[in-house]
Amino acid sequence: MQENENMTEPRGERRRDLSSLVLSAPMITWTLVFVGATILYIVVLSFLKRSPDGFGVLPEFTLENYAKLFNANYARVFWNTIVLGLQTTALCVLIGYPFGYFMGRATKKWRTILMLLVIVPFWTNALIRVYGWRILLVGNGPINQGLMALGLIDRPLQLLNTHGAVLLGMVYALLPFMILPTYTSVEKMDWSLVDAGRDMGARPWKVFLTVTLPLTAPGLLTGCVLVFVPSLALFFMSDLLGGPSDLLIGNLVQEQLLQSRDWPFAAALSVVLLVLTSLIMFVYRRLGGKSTDISIF
Amino acid sequence: MSDNALLRLSGLEKSIEGTQILRGISLDVQPGEFVTLLGPSGCGKTTTLRIIAGLLSPDAGTVSLDGRDITNLVPEKRDVNTVFQNYALFPHMNVEKNISYGLRVRGVKKPEWQRRVAEMLRLVQLEGYEKRMPSQLSGGQRQRVAIARAVVLNPKLLLLDEPLGALDLKLRQQMQQELKDIQKRLGIAFIYITHDQEEALNMSDRIAIMREGQFEQIGTPEEIYEHPQTRFAAGFIGQTNLIEMDVQAVSEDGLTLAYGGASVPARRAEFPVQPGEKVALSLRTERIGYARTPLEACALPATLKSRHYAGGSMRAILKMETGREVLVLCQSAQRAEGEIGDRVYLSWNPAEAPVVR
Repeated sequence: MQENENMTEPRGERRRDLSSLVLSAPMITWTLVFVGATILYIVVLSFLKRSPDGFGVLPEFTLENYAKLFNANYARVFWNTIVLGLQTTALCVLIGYPFGYFMGRATKKWRTILMLLVIVPFWTNALIRVYGWRILLVGNGPINQGLMALGLIDRPLQLLNTHGAVLLGMVYALLPFMILPTYTSVEKMDWSLVDAGRDMGARPWKVFLTVTLPLTAPGLLTGCVLVFVPSLALFFMSDLLGGPSDLLIGNLVQEQLLQSRDWPFAAALSVVLLVLTSLIMFVYRRLGGKSTDISIF
Repeated sequence: MSDNALLRLSGLEKSIEGTQILRGISLDVQPGEFVTLLGPSGCGKTTTLRIIAGLLSPDAGTVSLDGRDITNLVPEKRDVNTVFQNYALFPHMNVEKNISYGLRVRGVKKPEWQRRVAEMLRLVQLEGYEKRMPSQLSGGQRQRVAIARAVVLNPKLLLLDEPLGALDLKLRQQMQQELKDIQKRLGIAFIYITHDQEEALNMSDRIAIMREGQFEQIGTPEEIYEHPQTRFAAGFIGQTNLIEMDVQAVSEDGLTLAYGGASVPARRAEFPVQPGEKVALSLRTERIGYARTPLEACALPATLKSRHYAGGSMRAILKMETGREVLVLCQSAQRAEGEIGDRVYLSWNPAEAPVVR
């Protein structure tokens, strides 16, 4: 080969490191004080004993808060939370990926309209929107009345306070976090690659599986993390839409903290949740770092 | 045109978002022929190519390959492959996977496609690059992979959309020769898009000059260069002075043209002309000269306005009596005599100055 393209040598790397450190100092300080310190406080709290009078803690080291997690009732709450998170993520992929895909392929005018549809709900507080769902789903609410008017059902269905209602609320609240990264990756994609695939003899679905999907996978992965991680903490969904068996970790933390006043146990639950999300982020970073290599074909 | 044409385009028309891009494109390509579509950007070259590849369907007209109408055939069923403008290599596949893509989607087994990939890498002189990712290749190497990926399927016709556009001049000239060699060795017909006239002249069996969705002129490089029929064709290839003149008389031997009160003999036009009609005389900058006395059969008085040394030649600008300025490229110093402001004669051989419409 006669041609060779010079790789650009990174120059002044050290100077850039120093100046970026100085520039980010306020941000780092802020994070250390308001995030780091509070997390440290919770971690310390989780290893302390509960005060017998129900207020505060005793300065005695113990592991019993973590041992309590192996209690079948609490373990089930964790399991329920994870299952609900996976169901939410799966539904968001099924609805959000096609939505983001067509939004990325749409004309400019349609793109704006669809983007508005995705974003407008954010202008209202999430709690208020969930109350909206309560009104729709309640026994004598518009959905049941509509179905009865059509003669499809004889008496109102139990829609509110079910697992399905919690799932609906979760998907409703988190869908935009799947749509937006998917849309971004579809919009950024070089569509001449799809032309190239067809030109070389691949049918449209084959091109989708071998070219479009792998190249938009980073967006899909980002969407999954952005849906799954918050789904673990949206306890007000189960408060407002779920039944008594739909207890999530978030509800348990809230209950232990505010009603049982077992701060150390609430802290231990929070730490476990934190470790779980950190693990997901770690796996995501590992995958994300190599996203260009993801090849299913 | 013969009946055994490999590709036949007839009357292709296409509008995109209300703008008519193609206005009746007809072309026959013979097996093994190298045809270049040459024209400015936006003239419809890429649209024509995409219609041949099946990535766009025409509003009117037909495409047939080997005598079979393929106008409505999906791209994956056509015996045609494309080298895309920006190479369109799959960024998530290495060189080997890129080149073998077309074979793998057809279900070719691994030992077979590996053998074919090795063969192709030898053809484009990239042996040992199987496992590299496209991002680890230089522009010229990506170009080679794109060519290998397109020819591995043994198409009857290869479409190339400005394949060398992104490369620097030296590499471009080297790749021109290599592409031509590959084309000869494989015996595949090429339809090649470029807006670089030199590239078109160097590589093509035939050039189709395209303008605003129509073919202006189709012919061999020599025909296009020596016998342009229109002002556009004459101006697009090479460097020329188009001098507007009136037809004074038409005879068997040629034309007499009127210019600024003088009469100038000219060779026969390649199209029917009538006295009184307005035509242009194409005076190629390197085919004309000037001196203090008339040098050739045709000479018009002028003033030497400026002179620049330009390496292998001398660039002189003459001002005609009508005020029109003419650029002359003098190959040798003795034909570039005179001082600025001198009265000189612009001279040319009428046989080398085509009349265009």
